Formats: sequence, C-alpha cells, structure tokens
Amino acid sequence: MQKFTLLDGLVMPLDRANVDTDAIIPKQFLKSIKRSGFGPNAFDEWRYLDHGEPGMDNGKRPLNPDFVLNQPRYQGAQILLARENFGCGSSREHAPWALEDYGFRAIIAPSFADIFFNNCFKNGLLPIRLTAQQVDALFKAVEATPGYRLTIDLERQSITAPDGTVYRFEVEAFRKHCLLNGLDDIGLTLQHVGEIREFEAKYRAEQPWL
Amino acid sequence: MNAQTLYDKLWNAHVVRQEADGTALIYIDRHLVHEVTSPQAFEGLKLAGRKPWRTASMLAVADHNVPTANRAAGIADPVSRLQVETLDNNCAEFGVTEFRMDDVRQGIVHVIGPEQGATLPGMTVVCGDSHTSTHGAFAALAFGIGTSEVEHVMATQCLLMKKSMAMQVVVDGALGKGVTAKDIALAVVGRIGTAGGTGYAIEFAGSTIRNLSMEGRMTLCNMAIEAGARAGMIAADDTTIAYLKGRPFAPQGAAWDQAAAYWRTLHSDDGARFDKVVHLDAAEIRPQVTWGTSPEMVVAVDGCVPDPAAMADPVKREGAERALHYMGLAANTPITQIKIDKVFIGSCTNARIEDMRAAAAVARGKHVAPNVKLAMVVPGSGLVKQQAEQEGLDRIFVAAGFEWRDPGCSMCLAMNDDRLSPGERCASTSNRNFEGRQGQGGRTHLVSPEMAAAAAIAGHFVDVSVD
Repeated sequence: MQKFTLLDGLVMPLDRANVDTDAIIPKQFLKSIKRSGFGPNAFDEWRYLDHGEPGMDNGKRPLNPDFVLNQPRYQGAQILLARENFGCGSSREHAPWALEDYGFRAIIAPSFADIFFNNCFKNGLLPIRLTAQQVDALFKAVEATPGYRLTIDLERQSITAPDGTVYRFEVEAFRKHCLLNGLDDIGLTLQHVGEIREFEAKYRAEQPWL
Repeated sequence: MNAQTLYDKLWNAHVVRQEADGTALIYIDRHLVHEVTSPQAFEGLKLAGRKPWRTASMLAVADHNVPTANRAAGIADPVSRLQVETLDNNCAEFGVTEFRMDDVRQGIVHVIGPEQGATLPGMTVVCGDSHTSTHGAFAALAFGIGTSEVEHVMATQCLLMKKSMAMQVVVDGALGKGVTAKDIALAVVGRIGTAGGTGYAIEFAGSTIRNLSMEGRMTLCNMAIEAGARAGMIAADDTTIAYLKGRPFAPQGAAWDQAAAYWRTLHSDDGARFDKVVHLDAAEIRPQVTWGTSPEMVVAVDGCVPDPAAMADPVKREGAERALHYMGLAANTPITQIKIDKVFIGSCTNARIEDMRAAAAVARGKHVAPNVKLAMVVPGSGLVKQQAEQEGLDRIFVAAGFEWRDPGCSMCLAMNDDRLSPGERCASTSNRNFEGRQGQGGRTHLVSPEMAAAAAIAGHFVDVSVD
C-alpha cells in the first residue's frame, strides 16, 4: 500500500449527499478481475453522456460538461470534498480503487458509510471527517476560489487552508500508523499467528460443531 | 457479570487480541465468497505465496453475473464469463467448496448460506458483499467487507476492526394485513435514515420480530445496511433452531444438542445497555413504497410523493429535487397513481420460498396488466426454485403472465442481462433504488413481494392492505 504522509492538493467539490458506491463505479465495471484501471470510469453515469461499458475507448466518449469532474478548473484534483454519508451502499472496493486510480488521495466529508470508510484505508486513500459547518465553509471557499488547495498533514492530523485556517481531524491510531508507514494489514496480522492458533484451538474445543 | 447485549456476546466470543486503541483481531467462522469481489483477493494470495488459512470455512457461489434464462447455453458476455470461470478455477485450485452454475444448490449467496445451514447462530459471517447483514437473522455477527478484507480473512481467518456502537430497534404489536418484514425494513430506514445506523450494529427485537419467520427476519436484517449499519441481528429462539435442524452444514446428533443449548444463550440479557434505542409500533406500519433514489425516500402506499419545497434542510431539499427529476415524478402525486413498466420479484432481500408464495397468492388467477412490459420472478436458489415448482407456484406465475427464471442476483443490480432501459419504471422487491442501480436511467420503486405482484396485475401501485 502507498504511504500517506503530507499532501498539498487541489480540491474538487462534489456537492450532493448520499453518494453511493454504485454511482462511484457502476456495476458493469465490476466484471473486471483486476484491481487497477477503474479511474476512467469513476462516476461514469454522471461524467459521460453515453452509456459506458468495459472495453470502450473512454477518450472518445461525450463528456457531461456540467459534471464537476469535467470542469477545467478542477483537473488534477487530489482532494475530493463531499457531503454526508459518502460511499453508502454496496461494499465494492472498486469504489476506492476507482477514486485512487483517478488521482484522489483524500476525501473530506461530514460522514462516510462504514464499509467504504474502512476500504479507503486499505488503499492509501485518507477519508477525513469534519463537521457539517466546516465542510460547508470549505464548499463556499472552493467554489469562490479557483485553484483552491488544502494541505493535509496526517502526522499532525491537520488540514491547512490558504487563509491559514487549520482544521484538526481525528483518525484511529492504528489506521494512522498503517497509512503513515504504508503497512500491509495481512503482514501485520500474521505476526500474531501463534495467538490466532491458540485462540482457534480453545474455540474449537468449546464449539466442536463448527 | 454485567448484562450483555447479543452484540457484546458475539463480539467477545471472537476477540483474538486487542490493540491499545481498541482495534481488535476478530476470528471469522464463515467466509462466503462470490465471483465479483474475490478474484483480486485470490490473486493477492497467490502473489504473496499464501494459502487460505481454513478452506473449510469458505463456501463459494457465482450469483451476480449468472444468466437467469437459457442457462444451458452458458454466459454470453465474455467479461462476465471470465469472472465466473475465474471463481471456478480459484476454488478448484485452493480446494474451496463451490456450488457451480449447474448445481441445484447454486443461488444468491445470502440465500444459500442459511439454506444449507452454513450460517449458524454464534458465528461471525463475512462476505465481500454489503448484504451479508442478512445472516444476522440467525444471531450471528454478519457483515460485508471489501476485497482487501476478503484476502485478509483468507490469509489469516481474522479481521482487524473496532467494535461498533449498539442500537436496538424494537417493534411491538401485530402487523396489519398485507404488511411484511420488507415494510418493517423500509419503515425503519425511513425513520432513522440511510446513515442512521452508521457506526452501529443493530439488534431487532420486540414481539413483532419474534413472530417473524426466519425468511422475514432475513429480509429485515438484509436491509440493516440500507440504514447504514454494517450488521443487523436478531436473538436465537425456537424459530431459529427449528429452521436449522437437518440442514446439510448444520451439526447432527449429540453435537446438535450441544450447539442448540449454546445457541439459546444468544440473546441480549435483561437490562443490557444500548447506545441508542428506537421504537416502532407494528400497527402503524403500512405497506411501503420508495419514491426516490435512496431507500430512506419512502412513504406508505396510501401517501403521496413528498414536496421538496416543504423540506427545511437545504441538503435534503436538493436531494429530493434531484431524485424527483431522475424518477420523473411530480410532487404530491398519490403513490397509487404511479404506473409501472416492469416488475422484479427476487434478490437477496425477497427471493425465498415465503416470498414466492406471497407473490403467487396475489397473482393466482389474475393476469399482468397490458402496460407492464416484463414481470419476472427470480427465485433465490435452485432449491427455492425446486420447492416452488413442487408447490405449483411456477404455473401460477406463468399463467398470470410472469416469467419464471433461474436463480441469481439478476435485476437487483443488473450485472447480467436483466436490466431496465432508460426511463423505465420498476416495482422491485430488491434493496436499492440508487440512480442506475437496475440499469442506467432506470427508475426503481422498492416494495414487498405482495406489493410488487399486485402492481404487476394492476399496472400501477395498489394498496394490498385493503380489499
């Protein structure tokens, strides 16, 4: 997994609540047996005017000029600003894969759906919860200021705005440690093989029918 | 010892170790696998030179991509076919039990697990699928995971996670005529919202829940995720134990007695503390119909499409306006005046034998309305299909103009050929009405099997609670 330490990135505002993972990456692209290449189909139904299918040349498809992802001022954005309950619905990890493949490294929202939130951390993508008021203020600032950037410092758990405002955010210590160091969860868990085996033996003795 | 919730009991029984910040290593008993969210996990395992920790904990089935018609001809779409073949090959290589497409036991992963007795009380059950919450109906701790976690469970038999908060949803009283577990589920989502359960594990309790069959309990727990809760659960009781007796993966003989005695302890103790409690009165729940593009956008069938102008919260108002535009609906339209183009009866929410019976009872001797282009019934498994045919339900459906299909996820998410065309309106017994969920531009109204069948016959929504 790629590390996340310090990010200075352009911000893209996606101003709608309850963005579900079906919208982030529609079902037809889930047929892939790979982990990469989902970026061109992120938000496919909102982003293109035609119906997308795997294998199409996305460069030749008609773009929806009204969708924020297609607006010139947000090209190259690495931080997605979103509304509440972002990533709800399906557990598909293809959603964070698509966002990461597109180029996002962090998402700021008032709240996230649990499974999506969890999946982000497995892919070097940092989901940050701020209050609804703080997110509101950021939406206003981003829309009013072309080229609006934020600096996210995971070690300090801070976001710094161009006007010097600093937003603090919470992140669980264990997740932070893994993200800062780009650690692979499986490798970490396998350091505890002995404990797992011990647990398993005792557990099987108690519930032999399992 | 302090009074414990069911969730406390299930959690505590599976903690292998715990980090200082509360992150725990949780042991997983049952790992259900399907073709969409597993290929990258198997590949990761292979690349790292690892083997599954306990293949006996795994049960695999292809359900999302499988065709529901002309199955003998195989899968026409080469991309879908490759995904299913990849599952077949991975299961063969690692020795994982798989019900292949031509096996009568094949079906939707959340239907076959309980049907086989592969889901048992007290278990932790995971699957790379958000509707894994279904299995909590058996007093199991069951939740959906992403593909990285699928690989983690394969490699270590464990998951790293923090304990959720506990919510109790209490429903008391008798359900009215034509009101089902699906209507309870939609009413709960409507009450607490799609994010109301975020960060919580929900236990459903109360006399209404105790009186539900296992099929109804599964429908309810299935949709816990639609309220934002990764896990939904219900205490084990005689209904749970009777359902499991004699199923292929369930214990037998002396082991059965020992297991059943343990399972009877799987309930919240008197006085157990929940972080949040929500009460619903069963008598007040009417048949539900969603009007928008989120399951929380729901009203009773005798209600009207709400008016966004009357919503105070600007984010909610904007969401409702966008939803009505997408759905092609005007504010204040009575629900029963909404005409439909297609009907889908199926999915991990409502494709079990009881659902088939309930829909057939409505369809019997009637005929699908001329404006309904397609009404399809997709049983949840080959065994549900077989049982329904033994009861003659297939003949009732076909005589009424419904199509009787082979088992799979089908038009719940339209990964196979079953889908809505742009602008088509569907009465669906599935679980998500998101934009494009059943096909790009498709318009989904979530309802119970009774309500879907009645809408198919009338050509528009009708109130099944009145004669």
